[in-house]
Amino acid sequence: MVMLDEPWQLSPDVALRTEPFGALAYNFRTRRLTFLKRPELVAVIAGLSAGADVREALQAASVPPVQWCAYLKALESLAAAGTIQPRGCIQPQQQEAAS
Amino acid sequence: MTILDERISTAPAVRPTGGSLLDQFELGLNAPICLTWELTYACNLACVHCLSSSGKRDPRELSTEQCEAVIDELQRMQVFYVNIGGGEPTIRPDFWHLIQYAVSHQVGVKFSTNGVRVTPERAAFLASTDYVDVQISLDGATAEVNDRVRGTGSYDMAIRALDNLSVSGFKDAKISVVVTRENVSQLDEFKALADRHGATLRLTRLRPSGRGADVWDDLHPTAAQQRDLYNWLIQAGPNVLTGDSFFHLAGFGEPLPGLNLCGAGRVVCLIDPIGDVYACPFAIHDNFLAGNITALGGFQNVWQNSELFADLRSPQTSGACTKCQHFDSCRGGCMAAKFFTGLPLDGPDPECVQGFSEDALLQVGRTIPAASQDHSKPSKRGQEPVFLQLGMLSPATPPVHGCAQSPIAGRDPGAS
Ligand code: SF4
Ligand code: SF4
Repeated sequence: MVMLDEPWQLSPDVALRTEPFGALAYNFRTRRLTFLKRPELVAVIAGLSAGADVREALQAASVPPVQWCAYLKALESLAAAGTIQPRGCIQPQQQEAAS
Repeated sequence: MTILDERISTAPAVRPTGGSLLDQFELGLNAPICLTWELTYACNLACVHCLSSSGKRDPRELSTEQCEAVIDELQRMQVFYVNIGGGEPTIRPDFWHLIQYAVSHQVGVKFSTNGVRVTPERAAFLASTDYVDVQISLDGATAEVNDRVRGTGSYDMAIRALDNLSVSGFKDAKISVVVTRENVSQLDEFKALADRHGATLRLTRLRPSGRGADVWDDLHPTAAQQRDLYNWLIQAGPNVLTGDSFFHLAGFGEPLPGLNLCGAGRVVCLIDPIGDVYACPFAIHDNFLAGNITALGGFQNVWQNSELFADLRSPQTSGACTKCQHFDSCRGGCMAAKFFTGLPLDGPDPECVQGFSEDALLQVGRTIPAASQDHSKPSKRGQEPVFLQLGMLSPATPPVHGCAQSPIAGRDPGAS
């Protein structure tokens, strides 16, 4: 689960490329591309590490609170894909990749 | 006749927002998603269907420094990975340097090879590198079928490369097969071969590009074979990659997973060995030449500002196809296949599953566009294609299988 009061960040394996429709997120480790179809979502993700937690990133991107639930769901699926990850912990796959 | 004549060139002043991702792709992106970069026209083989008519090196090919500058620019543009091909790219003495240069500049590499330089040492090196993917070309599951198209000894060469890769611990190499009339009955054998090597099978469409124009009539799968192929792909599911090349078969039933659109100049393009930028690797022809990366502004300027690409990204007319019930998924098929068979670009694909191009293909007046460049070795062209002497091959085995992932959730970088 991605919670409002948790610190998250863009995975270090992932790079974002801005596009007219939003952005591409490329994971160099899994070699997968993900398409982010809303510029607001891109702003939230890009702002994750600057904010203290997810709530701050949502606020900084001016996402109205009524949409937060929807954004949390989107973040959830990005977390499952490894695009974003909780801050301050090393993912097991990364340890593998590093060894 | 230029491509520009056939298009509506009233590009909207303001880019529409929203709509599906596909709609957005049609309008073009800041940088390509599927960029192919051919490093040399030189090749040790002389495959009868070579899409780039390769053979001899072109004296104008980019130097090592120019190639490094291309990689620097791709890094700046955030082109996250590039499909490197040729010719036979590994023949370039600076090939291994360039792939290392690319991956150390955040440009992942997948390269296509016939296997000639994939020695045990190189295989070990590749196994130790992140971000490099290897694709071995093979056009027959047996030497007999493969070598007729790719040349004597080429089957053994490819298998040796695959063996070297798997012995060295390289994971998930790709075996790339151009589906032809002769090998379409071997799909199960290809899959078994891939499984034995811990590799992934990738099937792509034979297009009448380059020397492919000379052999397309005889080698492209028959209508019955197309249906078998479609069924095989549906059954095989996402474990077999297709580079989204079979979307013209969508009319047989449900659309195949992947990008159902012609990406030429929109998400796809080619940088050729001399730095010319074409709309698609299968469209090496002056009509689809957008510019050259050595000119002022480099690749970025060509990609973002060329007249040809602006035109390809503007609304297209699709003629008879727009009335077809399969238009949403087929979209009239492959631009290159139409162009190089002399069919109008705003009509059906030469392999239209509705059979709507059959009459046009039989027409006496049909003119195949002359090639605008050819790097074939003079001694080879016209001699190698012994495949015409072949008799009928055994009937097709049951169809199968799958392809690239859904474009929305994610995507296999190897598409084109
Ligand atoms: S021209 Fe054909 S091969 Fe090239 S992007 Fe379009 S459909 Fe694909
Ligand atoms: S008529 Fe056009 S859209 Fe319909 S199946 Fe044929 S090529 Fe595809």
